[in-house]
Amino acid sequence: MKYPLVDNVYADDVASEPTRAGFGRGLKVAGDKNDQVVALCADLTESTQMSKFKEAFPERFVEIGVAEQNLVTVASGMARMGKIPFTTSYAAFSPGRNWEQIRTTIALNDQPVKIVGSHAGVSVGPDGATHQMLEDIALMRVLPNMVVVAPGDSVEAEKATLAIAENGKPSYIRLAREKTPIFSTPDSPFEIGKAYVLREGHDVTLMGTGTMSYQMLVAANELEKHGIHAEVVHVPTIKPLDEKTILASAKKTGRVVTAEEAQIAGGFGGAIAELLTDNLPMPLKRIGMQDRFGESGEPNELLDHFGLTGAKIALAVKEFVENTPQYHRD
Amino acid sequence: MGGNLTIVQLEQKARSVREDILKMLQHAGSGHTAGPLDMADILTALYFDIMKYDPVNPEWDKRDLFFLSNGHTVPVQYAVMAEAGFFDKKELLTLRKFGSRLQGHPERTKLPGLENTSGPLGSGLSQAAGVAYTLQYIDKQPQRWVYAVTGDGELNEGNIWEAAMFAGKYKLSQLVVFIDRNNIQIDGSTEDVMPLEDLHGKWESFGWHVQEIDGHNIESIIDAASMARAVTNQPSVIIAHTIPGKGVDFMEYDYRWHGYAKDSDDYKKGLHKLRTLGGKIKGEHE
Repeated sequence: MKYPLVDNVYADDVASEPTRAGFGRGLKVAGDKNDQVVALCADLTESTQMSKFKEAFPERFVEIGVAEQNLVTVASGMARMGKIPFTTSYAAFSPGRNWEQIRTTIALNDQPVKIVGSHAGVSVGPDGATHQMLEDIALMRVLPNMVVVAPGDSVEAEKATLAIAENGKPSYIRLAREKTPIFSTPDSPFEIGKAYVLREGHDVTLMGTGTMSYQMLVAANELEKHGIHAEVVHVPTIKPLDEKTILASAKKTGRVVTAEEAQIAGGFGGAIAELLTDNLPMPLKRIGMQDRFGESGEPNELLDHFGLTGAKIALAVKEFVENTPQYHRD
Repeated sequence: MGGNLTIVQLEQKARSVREDILKMLQHAGSGHTAGPLDMADILTALYFDIMKYDPVNPEWDKRDLFFLSNGHTVPVQYAVMAEAGFFDKKELLTLRKFGSRLQGHPERTKLPGLENTSGPLGSGLSQAAGVAYTLQYIDKQPQRWVYAVTGDGELNEGNIWEAAMFAGKYKLSQLVVFIDRNNIQIDGSTEDVMPLEDLHGKWESFGWHVQEIDGHNIESIIDAASMARAVTNQPSVIIAHTIPGKGVDFMEYDYRWHGYAKDSDDYKKGLHKLRTLGGKIKGEHE
């Protein structure tokens, strides 16, 4: 089945919304569907969009205060009582600050606590490097039992939130603060552990996770003008990876570029590098944060500076394609 | 579950638990000594008088829950669980061995009857608080209790005080916490490493009902738990003053016994002391 994209996905006036808004809607729906869903927040209820759930189900909302270690461990205790706890804070603090508690009391303890890290990536903007979480993908994907999802847009974030409420596993959702373009439609599929081919091509595969998948679409559209036919694969689930879809596309194109608004070391690019090295070694270029922190600035200014816009990605891909032969072509 | 044993019978259970702890540690060849020994009376009182549970059905939905926050003392929990019938006592000697359900630090997914996974300090209390919150505000089951034990060195952890603030705010009156106040931690005396006093005042100021007891007097432990359950509108903490290594005189008061002895003969000597009531009677099995 061809993945349905919004009609004007390449237009300047494509609709946009923060992924956290989709999460907020999804959590409310999850709460409607299942009275075991509970929500805990570390003093950022409005900002992480948990407020919709809080208004609808005040008796199932727990204010934890600025205490991220307590946030996830109280949630672990609630999960022991059969609850499905969603915990929110900024990703820099959760899982940034409370990683060991997540490791011991949620991952090793195998409790279905949902860690929702909002405000991930440099696009947090003016708050600067302290609040621009870039290491969360690496931190979370190394934990056994943990599911890691970075929704591509707000529509998908809503679906991902519902899916995660029902998966029975420790899970991490990565969300963005800023409005980002919506490329998926209400009819677009989302399943945990699935990657989706958004656009077909045969010269190179562009694999994006989170909101970078939109930038990959823009890059592919631009590359088309230069005669480069790029395939775009959206990988919202970083763990477990959809190895079949990813390897099939890599095999088809023989060259892979990844993009993420996170450290490439250990992050999404790292995950793809591991998969390709084990199964289908081939040229790979990883776009993302190159072992450095962000800084204050406007979101778009920062994305441009760090090479994370469609235009900048297109330039990097063009150079990569021109200088790198395709491997494993049948 | 108990409730029908006399104090003397409970004391006998505690002695048997201490014997099992020494046997387990001797057999394991590593582990922590002082804490498990000094918590034997508290856990005996909890498992054989205070708590309601069903060892045959560990997930019984009306049970009280027990959270060991200082996971390194788990040999005492394994010993009372075996004594209570959760599993055969023979399994105690698998402690810390490859393939054992009795991991060096407790893992819930390995052994039915454990409520949590712990070892890294400071997080068991907040898990217990999460349970207490659920019982009180969400599931509304006032007849169930959650008990936790923390070490005193463990109180250095910030997570403990986050949980203390949380439980105080929400007046988690179904939460009863014992602090094993044995005054030792790995690097020495708690008051030298990182002073805890005024410990009573600290908990009170966080909104808790505070009791201080002799942690080796089983009657006091049971009475304090009853008092704690009678307190409404506040979480309860019971500062149980204990002697590290309690029951084995040459281990008592010596912080070096926090960990494991270099000489396993020391465990034999310890067992002999326990079995002979400190040398007053002849040992049966030696």
